[in-house]
Amino acid sequence: MSENQDVLVQVEHLTKYFPVKGMKGPGIQAVEDVSLYIKRGETLGLVGESGCGKTTLGRTILRLHEPTSGTIFYDGVPIYEHEYPFARQTVSVKEKDGTEHERTILVKKPVPREKSVDMLPYRRKMQIIFQDPSASLDPRMTVGEIIGEALDIHKLCASKAERTERIKELLSMVGLNTEHANRYPHEFSGGQQQRVGIARALAVKPEFIVCDEPISALDVSIQSQVVNMLEDMQKDLGLTYLFIAHDLSVVRHISNRIGVMYLGTLVELAESYELNRNPIHPYTKTLLSAVPVPDPEVSRTRQRIVLQGDIPSPMNPPSGCRFHTRCPYATDKCRESVPQLKEHAPGHWAACHLLG
Amino acid sequence: MENKEKTGKLLEVRDLHVSFFTPAGEVKAVGGISYDLNYDEVMGIVGESGSGKSVEAYSIIGLLQSPGKVIGGSITLEGEDVLSKTKEEMVALRGSKVAMIFQNPMTCLNPVYNIGNQLIEALKAHDKQVSKEEAAKRAMEMLEMVGINNVEKRMKQYPHELSGGMRQRVMIAMGLICHPQLLIADEPTTALDVTIQAQILELMKDLQKKTHMGIIFITHNLGVVAEICDKVSVMYAGRMVEQGPVDDIFYKPGHPYTMGLLRSMPRVDAESYERLIPIEGTPVDMLNPPEGCPFAPRCEYAMKICLQKMPPYVELGDNHRSACWLRVQEQLEREKAEKSGPKAENQEVSGDE
Repeated sequence: MSENQDVLVQVEHLTKYFPVKGMKGPGIQAVEDVSLYIKRGETLGLVGESGCGKTTLGRTILRLHEPTSGTIFYDGVPIYEHEYPFARQTVSVKEKDGTEHERTILVKKPVPREKSVDMLPYRRKMQIIFQDPSASLDPRMTVGEIIGEALDIHKLCASKAERTERIKELLSMVGLNTEHANRYPHEFSGGQQQRVGIARALAVKPEFIVCDEPISALDVSIQSQVVNMLEDMQKDLGLTYLFIAHDLSVVRHISNRIGVMYLGTLVELAESYELNRNPIHPYTKTLLSAVPVPDPEVSRTRQRIVLQGDIPSPMNPPSGCRFHTRCPYATDKCRESVPQLKEHAPGHWAACHLLG
Repeated sequence: MENKEKTGKLLEVRDLHVSFFTPAGEVKAVGGISYDLNYDEVMGIVGESGSGKSVEAYSIIGLLQSPGKVIGGSITLEGEDVLSKTKEEMVALRGSKVAMIFQNPMTCLNPVYNIGNQLIEALKAHDKQVSKEEAAKRAMEMLEMVGINNVEKRMKQYPHELSGGMRQRVMIAMGLICHPQLLIADEPTTALDVTIQAQILELMKDLQKKTHMGIIFITHNLGVVAEICDKVSVMYAGRMVEQGPVDDIFYKPGHPYTMGLLRSMPRVDAESYERLIPIEGTPVDMLNPPEGCPFAPRCEYAMKICLQKMPPYVELGDNHRSACWLRVQEQLEREKAEKSGPKAENQEVSGDE
């Protein structure tokens, strides 16, 4: 993809497998060959069903999970680079009923270890806001200590007075009172706890924030408050977001571009309104039509595509296009070869054999 | 499983009060709500967490747990008073007349029994005469009806072997196996993905057409409400602030809270970017609820009287009513205009403003 000057984060062929004890092969194939870039100042949304690897992708980009292979560039500098450590082999498998058929399996191959990059300076630039605010804040630290810890690690404040001042500034930035610094997380409501989580992420003046379902745990009337705050922060501080959520309407609202994931792969990527008006991948179409619209007139008249079956296990993903088991249009080609992400209209990428 | 086609009133709730007596004080979780539900009707109950929507449903089915207590009002199901029933009578009622499905099917299914056993147990609990073979047959029919294929294999499987959507289908099958007249669904799709949610909603609509039961659908997702409900009750801090037919609630909302909820939601079919308009403030602390209208501290239209007195219900249309002083004021003005001059009886309210 583009070697543009204002690309802040770029990943190429990023793969993350979680090894499973007692199992041969690569284990859970959570993220498979994902390439994308995020421009400076934009919000890239990431949607998909639970288990599709969107959270894993977000965390792998930050190297909170060590990737299995691929390349990650931050501001043009590679912060991770590793060759794919598996080779594809075709073997014949004997089924229980005696029949034999061919299957492609992944076999480990030796690849040279790259020396790893010191992440500390990048940790200051890349931050994350977690889904469950009550689980991501240490219950035994006050809010002031939680925010202050980030400042201490990166040695951002020269004096104690400056540190206190900065904590106060951050708290008021996220709409909390300055005296809240001495309280513990359990004394706050869910919405306020999420504000603390945001203040903690902002403490180190990051450029890039992964928002991992930041509003799904909040009440409806509080969700829009937090969404508006994230938008304001972006404008004021020039932040770049990777916004992960399963709620398409919120993602569409906040994002410039949206990527749709299915079972570890990126199936479609487009400008958010383009994706909404003109989805081209069969999975995106289904996903969009499944979102309930708060309008009785509309929901009575509109046609809905209801998918059959459930999402397959990433431990043993389907061959070829991973969506073919649930896709109403699947052909033999879909079962055999993996579709590549191609640009079908300017800025509109999709991975589907049916589109040519 | 065809119920005899019944029409008319299935459930009548009048002035229901439920309180929790906690060490910190009395929490009025439900503060006087009334509604009717007919056969063949789906009523949505919308509200934030802590608004009392689940508590209200639990008291209908008699599953309210200590320290919760119904302290006033009446619940009438098919002409019978539910609240005066004994424990044994409630056991007989649950399952056979009222069934409930919950948000998280994994915690509601017994992990050490297979699906078949659990379905058969539900059936045998209410029908002692039924033979084992007959029960198994009916259980399998039920599973087929909720869209599960390969039934014989599924009957022998355990809950952990099924996916989330499948488990919710099993829950629904279990709830409906004794042909209840009333189904209470407490956030049945909240834990599911949108594509699975769509499947379950289709299933529930389909089953309702076949059985003509009444459904109370508790949710916080207004999209789901628009999809499945015939009428809606909006709850805030234990009060029903607005109720009415689904179209009226979405197109002619009468309460500022309903308006705020509708406005604050981003829509997937929006054509251009619009900044969200949130409801400011935080939900009510139920231990120290404010005097007057509970929504007043967050309401942009709040007047002096809102902070002092609880507003009465005002009829806004056919079966559409709302509890808001703004609507009271409007009604008084209308009456004034009609009668061309204020009447003495209206002065009590007008005087407060």
